[in-house]
Amino acid sequence: MEKKIRVLIAKPGLDGHDRGAKVVARALRDAGMEVIYTGLHQTAKMIVETAVQEDVDVIGLSLLSGAHMTLFNDVTKLLKERGMSDVLVLGGGIIPKQDAPTLKKAGVSCIFGPGTPCEDIVEFIKQNVKK
Amino acid sequence: MFEEKNLKKIKQKKDEWEKNIYFKLVKENPELKDKFENLSGTEIKNVYTPNDIPHLDYICDINFPGEYPFLRGVHATMYRGRLWTMRQFSGFGSAEETNKRYKYLLEHGETGLSVAFDYPTLYGYDTDHPLARGEFGKCGVAISSLKDMEILFSGIPVDKITTSMTINGPAAIVWGFYIANAENRGISRRILGGTIQNDILKEYIAQKSFIFPPEQSMRLIVDTFEFGFKEVPLWNTISISGYHIREAGSTAIQELAFTLGDGLEYVRWAIKRGLKIDDFAPRLSFFFNAHNDFFEEIAKYRAARRIWAKELKKLGAKKPRSLLMRFHTQTAGCSLTAQQPEINIARVTMQALAAILGGTQSLHTNSMDEALALPSEKAVRIALRTQQIIAEESGVTSTVDPLGGSYYIEWLTNKMEEQTYRYFDRVDKLGGVLPAIEKGFFQREIAEAAYKYQKEIDENKRAIVGVNKYKIDEPIEIPILRMDEKGEERQINRLKKIRKDRDKSKFENNLDKLRKAAEGDDNLMPYILDCVHSYATLGEICGVLREVFGEYKEPAIY
Repeated sequence: MEKKIRVLIAKPGLDGHDRGAKVVARALRDAGMEVIYTGLHQTAKMIVETAVQEDVDVIGLSLLSGAHMTLFNDVTKLLKERGMSDVLVLGGGIIPKQDAPTLKKAGVSCIFGPGTPCEDIVEFIKQNVKK
Repeated sequence: MFEEKNLKKIKQKKDEWEKNIYFKLVKENPELKDKFENLSGTEIKNVYTPNDIPHLDYICDINFPGEYPFLRGVHATMYRGRLWTMRQFSGFGSAEETNKRYKYLLEHGETGLSVAFDYPTLYGYDTDHPLARGEFGKCGVAISSLKDMEILFSGIPVDKITTSMTINGPAAIVWGFYIANAENRGISRRILGGTIQNDILKEYIAQKSFIFPPEQSMRLIVDTFEFGFKEVPLWNTISISGYHIREAGSTAIQELAFTLGDGLEYVRWAIKRGLKIDDFAPRLSFFFNAHNDFFEEIAKYRAARRIWAKELKKLGAKKPRSLLMRFHTQTAGCSLTAQQPEINIARVTMQALAAILGGTQSLHTNSMDEALALPSEKAVRIALRTQQIIAEESGVTSTVDPLGGSYYIEWLTNKMEEQTYRYFDRVDKLGGVLPAIEKGFFQREIAEAAYKYQKEIDENKRAIVGVNKYKIDEPIEIPILRMDEKGEERQINRLKKIRKDRDKSKFENNLDKLRKAAEGDDNLMPYILDCVHSYATLGEICGVLREVFGEYKEPAIY
């Protein structure tokens, strides 16, 4: 049997907008993935710690507060330090297009903005999961 | 309202019409959908007649505007006497930048202010707190002390304009900043007008910027009710909010039922404390969303007024003002699309119109670029102009409740009222609002509805123009607001200076008194005001309360 893809959906920082994170978590679960949802108010350290513990293949970061340039970077930096560059990192939320190239350089493989069909996220993960 | 004999005749006629005309046509030319439903999933009939509202009694159930049960509006004259307040929710970066934005909006005809705070402020942290990292001024203005509040309102006549503040966990403290700032300017608290959101129940349910556990939060809220009617009598000490419940993905019915349920819970807590209902109820206010389904939204506001009036009467309210469900509306942020952002102007117009036909007291219209970033100046101006066009050009303000008496609207209003009472029963069976929160009832209901809605869009069962229909590929050319990068540094330096310059023993003494009061039962508002006046910061005051009250952690449900 093929191993199920394990995904951590995480809410970094103080942002309380969790509608998108929860909807994506359910959609990925319905697509046959193992989904762990961190709940709100996670620091980068907490997220990476959970990713290690749960041995995930993918981390989906959701942020609508505008703090993505700092908080997404904190997560990818910590992942690099822990030698976890084989984890696919995705971002979602209110993230201006102009910020995407910088985030990509930092290790966020793709940004999914408002209006993205869940199916696109599922497909992207299947195509790009590294482990 | 209708005579039995006429109802019978109409029924007969409708049956004939359906048989001989309607269904014949449908047979030749099928309808566009198998089933017509509104956003809450209520099935909508082809046409409505008096038989859909056979028992409606004009005087008992509808009556005149400003008369019980206030279905048609809270004031007799409504927009013929005074337009709604045009109040754009706004705040970003530092107090200096937001102060400029407020002046800009007022210059362009805005009639009330509405403050958006950044996340650290919403959680009661100062800008230099480690958890504030990356969040400074991002989705609102950073206010860490009385000093920031002074800058935010400098040059703005707080004795003449009303201000609404979207603040919940630390509402009592931020309100304290506002009162203290006015008093330092020689303006009496007795003439200050405005609103603090102060609605913690919907934070646990939907918006999630909570600090303290429920019981302690409820105590603080009742403290503000009491302090409000005694000391700041023109202030709305709460804005019981469905907006965020809806944004989190609920249906209109859930928004209506959960919000009114929360409202009744606050009333019960205040009565339990020994407050008289007619003292505090006149200062309770509400806040609803205006989403896409035009008639459903209008019926929602009308039903809310009637249910609230009935329930408050049952709880013993005698003053007519206690029975009024006065509300602010904001168009639905979650309905905005990042694709073809300019078309959001059309969405916002429809939503705003629904709020006005539903009798709102104040209104925020979203800017077209809000699915992309914080709104630019031009986008905000267009949003404000949208309200001005409805107010000054459309003619909808000429008569009160123009849709009252429509068979469809009255039927839908009744239906939503019925569905709301069904939710009240379910929450009662769970032991009330707080136990239902602890059990995750509301959170689950909302997550369920949000997922269903997204699935319908993904599966093309629900059309969203520009997203799954009429798509185009275009570069998005909306200017994005960028903030002053020096703002955070300025703010941190200001905090350092405050902490250095203030009278240390007075400050420590006041925090100490607050701690002792928090451990006992005194109303905390006077103690909070003393702390604020001695330039204790938001983080310091909340820090004391965090130590005494503890913090709330929510179970992660999806």
